[in-house]
Amino acid sequence: MNAPKRKVWSMVGRDPETMPLEEIDLSHPGIWRANEYLPFLARLRRDDPVHYCPESAVGPYWSVTKYKDIVQVDTSHNIFSSEPTIGIVDITEEHNLPMFIAMDPPKHDVQRRTVQGVVAPQNLKNLEPIIRERVCSILDSLPLNEEFDWVERVSIELTTQMLATLFDFPFDDRRKLTYWSDVATAIPGGGVIDSYEDRAEPLGECLDYFTRLWNERVNSEPRNDLISMLAHGESTRNMPPHEFLGNIILLIVGGNDTTRNSISGGVLALNENPEEYQKLRDNPAVIPNMVSEIIRWQTPLAYMRRTALVDTELGGKQIKAGDKVVMWYASGNRDGDVIDQPDRFWIDRPNARQHLSFGFGIHRCMGNRLAEMQLRILWEEILKRFHTVEVVGEPERTYSSFVKGYVKLPVRLHPL
Amino acid sequence: MAKIHFIEHNGTERVVEAQPGESVMEAAIGNGIPGIDADCGGACACATCHVFVDEKWLDKVGPVQDCEDGMLSVSNDRRPNSRLACQIQVSDELDGLVVTTPEFQF
Repeated sequence: MNAPKRKVWSMVGRDPETMPLEEIDLSHPGIWRANEYLPFLARLRRDDPVHYCPESAVGPYWSVTKYKDIVQVDTSHNIFSSEPTIGIVDITEEHNLPMFIAMDPPKHDVQRRTVQGVVAPQNLKNLEPIIRERVCSILDSLPLNEEFDWVERVSIELTTQMLATLFDFPFDDRRKLTYWSDVATAIPGGGVIDSYEDRAEPLGECLDYFTRLWNERVNSEPRNDLISMLAHGESTRNMPPHEFLGNIILLIVGGNDTTRNSISGGVLALNENPEEYQKLRDNPAVIPNMVSEIIRWQTPLAYMRRTALVDTELGGKQIKAGDKVVMWYASGNRDGDVIDQPDRFWIDRPNARQHLSFGFGIHRCMGNRLAEMQLRILWEEILKRFHTVEVVGEPERTYSSFVKGYVKLPVRLHPL
Repeated sequence: MAKIHFIEHNGTERVVEAQPGESVMEAAIGNGIPGIDADCGGACACATCHVFVDEKWLDKVGPVQDCEDGMLSVSNDRRPNSRLACQIQVSDELDGLVVTTPEFQF
């Protein structure tokens, strides 16, 4: 009989201050769903900023927890590769979807340049009135003075409508985008899928659907939507199907989960900090700054993973070629060495734009300006309608150490 | 002390007095020049201090740095005179430098 494998312990309920350092495993989705992760991050920043976890459900990996170390890793793409994956789970070749977020230069650069025009600030000017119209119609359809789920009615609905617009995706089928996005980032056992094999069918459906759209667009004049851009782009028009699917999934997840959870997170943060909510009512001009603070506070993607290409040193630790290195943005964004009063949600924070949530370096979030614009417009329109979006129950959080978000957020609207 | 001229995409010109040793980005931020975001604070990591250097000054500001080249190569808006302002060090030699800011920073 083989020796029993070391038990993979649950991190939930353990004391972050006294547990042995080497047992701290931030990859455990339980501490994120239970909202217990912050003290573990603080312990590592203090006691072991570049931390080796020798054994976990996802194998051995390094955790980088300080702001400046994270920037160093993120900007050293010659040392820390984004290939083969930016997720903490090592996936087999057959389950791996190639996408440009998980590619190094030069291929990354050309594929990214092909699609980034759609979210370039120049294009956003044209999108602003459409977004505002959709925000208004969503907000005007909400019930007053009764409980409903903000995630379902606002956060998902708004981001999904936006995605459908960017892809020029059939509007009535838009919830398929949400579903595919959820499937793509789901962890087996978290409620969406039971095993990675379960992803095959919905992702196959996704590929078929987008292939139909591709064929439509490739046979017509180039237009300003993402599918048309991929279908006509020099560096992308001959992509093999699984690479097409990978990049579609990247754009869906990138535009979906992240903004969705910042929309919910902002409501929660303002409820937990009523004096900040009052500041906002008194001075709506603070909204653009608040949007950056919400994105820092929420950090909708908790980490990005890199793989060391060569032996290297980071924060005094020897990292070997092939080692898995995880940059915990959720920790760097709470690093008091760079962020003043990092645990304070502070809507008029100075230098609010200086946060890690979009990553840094060549993989920095491509849709950052679109995300900021969606949040800005949403809050401008909320303030015109409601005195308070009141959180009336415990939020339910996502079972994931990657997507830092909310499954449910019960609220009640108090009109002006 | 070096005077630096920032020209906005719409032609508005502003002149600031920069200190030798600081970067052109820091001179812009310190003087409230619009069109420079500098999200990463000067780490050559975000390309939100992108400027176009006036042709006459290209030799004086020196070559594009490696880290800068990586960031600029993911921009659709890159031109031969593109630089990241955080990577240009102010010196007396640059007194009179002229840079144009793009309409949008990524």
